[in-house]
Amino acid sequence: MKLVKDNLPILLFILLLAAAWELSTRIFHIPSYIIPRLSDVFAALGHHAALLSKHFALTLWEALLGLAFSVVFGVLSAVWIDSSSLARKTIYPLIVASQTVPIIALSPIMVMWFGYEMGSKVAVVILFTFFPVAVNTADGFRMADREIGELLRSMGAGKAQLFLKWKIPSALPSFFTGLKMAAAISVGGATLGEWLGGESGLGVYTKRAANMLRGDDVFAGVLLLSLMGVALFVAAQFIERLVLGRRQAR
Amino acid sequence: MSGGHAAADPPLHAGLSVQGLTYGFEGEEPLFKGLDLEVPEGQFVSIVAASGMGKTTLFRLLAGLLQPESGTIKAAGAVQGQLGQGVHGAIGYMPQRDCLMPWRTVLDNAAIGLELAGVPKREARRRVRELLPELGLAGTDAKYPHELSGGMRQRVSFLRSLLAGGDLLLLDEPFSALDAMTRVSMQQWLLEVWEKHRKTILFITHDIDEALLLSDQVLVAASRPITKLEPLVVDLPRPRTYEATLDERFVSLKRRLLGQLGRIASGGEGGAD
Repeated sequence: MKLVKDNLPILLFILLLAAAWELSTRIFHIPSYIIPRLSDVFAALGHHAALLSKHFALTLWEALLGLAFSVVFGVLSAVWIDSSSLARKTIYPLIVASQTVPIIALSPIMVMWFGYEMGSKVAVVILFTFFPVAVNTADGFRMADREIGELLRSMGAGKAQLFLKWKIPSALPSFFTGLKMAAAISVGGATLGEWLGGESGLGVYTKRAANMLRGDDVFAGVLLLSLMGVALFVAAQFIERLVLGRRQAR
Repeated sequence: MSGGHAAADPPLHAGLSVQGLTYGFEGEEPLFKGLDLEVPEGQFVSIVAASGMGKTTLFRLLAGLLQPESGTIKAAGAVQGQLGQGVHGAIGYMPQRDCLMPWRTVLDNAAIGLELAGVPKREARRRVRELLPELGLAGTDAKYPHELSGGMRQRVSFLRSLLAGGDLLLLDEPFSALDAMTRVSMQQWLLEVWEKHRKTILFITHDIDEALLLSDQVLVAASRPITKLEPLVVDLPRPRTYEATLDERFVSLKRRLLGQLGRIASGGEGGAD
């Protein structure tokens, strides 16, 4: 009940936008290859449901795999950066500086390395999502309250205990911030990966539909991709709430 | 320490014994030079010193967070000898800030010391639960630190040190960040709890009233670097309440303490050069 009440304004706003979309395309006779009617987009969704769900599943799978790798590598890098001052002085600035390299320009290299199959798509997703996970987690480790660490040390905590009982819980909120960012952009990574060369997936689907000027199909694909991004973000947020529980006042 | 009421008691075992402690930060004048310090078992001893004298550094040395350049630190029940890993866990250190872990409930914050010492979680929690009511923390076990007031947080912090340490507690200005009203009630509270548990306590404060009210003995940092601590025995009867601060004897002790501090302040300046 509270959920409905809290989200009522945004739901109403979306309905309003949808109505404006539908009406304006009808009133101004906008051609469907510019902006299709919303009703046509839904019709396209229904019409190609089986095909779309197959593409949807593939793109989702690519995004999830990429995310999983990013979480593993990102967290491991963060641990490394935190535990070695040399890594903090060399690896960390390099990771941050790497963000100035346009990821889109790097992506074709992934195709060169991993071919046109699944591998290159997952690699592009990793390219997109590794950074937020690694850097946020590393920052979380670094921001852990030193005095708490010292207190635990004065109680005889060893290295492993400090890591488990101080560093990890301290870094969890930042890690989840990174994970949510990564979840939101992972779908973009998967789509780009598919554009660079692929046979299926929603990225391929929307590109083909666009080539054929089938506006309703393009928008149907884009709608599904957006929903996927939102769903991944909400899932990450759900896990965050589950793990962090009541500990934060927010 | 000579002749005082506390010293007249039958043989006192040292709860804490420091000999020849020397320490200084690199490139700076040493903070302590050949410092001897004895805290008799079961006594409440305060150290009063101006800020910047190295009080907190002293506690960090005692808690094993810093290594002394020379000297030995022995705590009752702890591994004897040069301070090292051995003393870790034998001394309950309560830092100035409460340092509660925001991801743990009151119960689990207070139990951390036992947990680190390898006590099973159930048993650790049971022992915390047992103590909550008498520390005025009844009903807070499932609360998170951000749901507590400053005074309550300090109580949890104290309980954590009480359970983590052996028989020696180091309290580093635990009430300095509290408002005046809360501070008074926390002092009363500490008196009650201490008079019941009688752990050896070494207490740092810059509040003279607080030192006199709580302590059996007040140590005044005498010079810089600190080479010795001048003791003042507080022979006010126990149990004490805040009323004691209005007592004539309290006032005369306070006058003596202020005199000691003043003498040191003026003498210290001359001696520093």
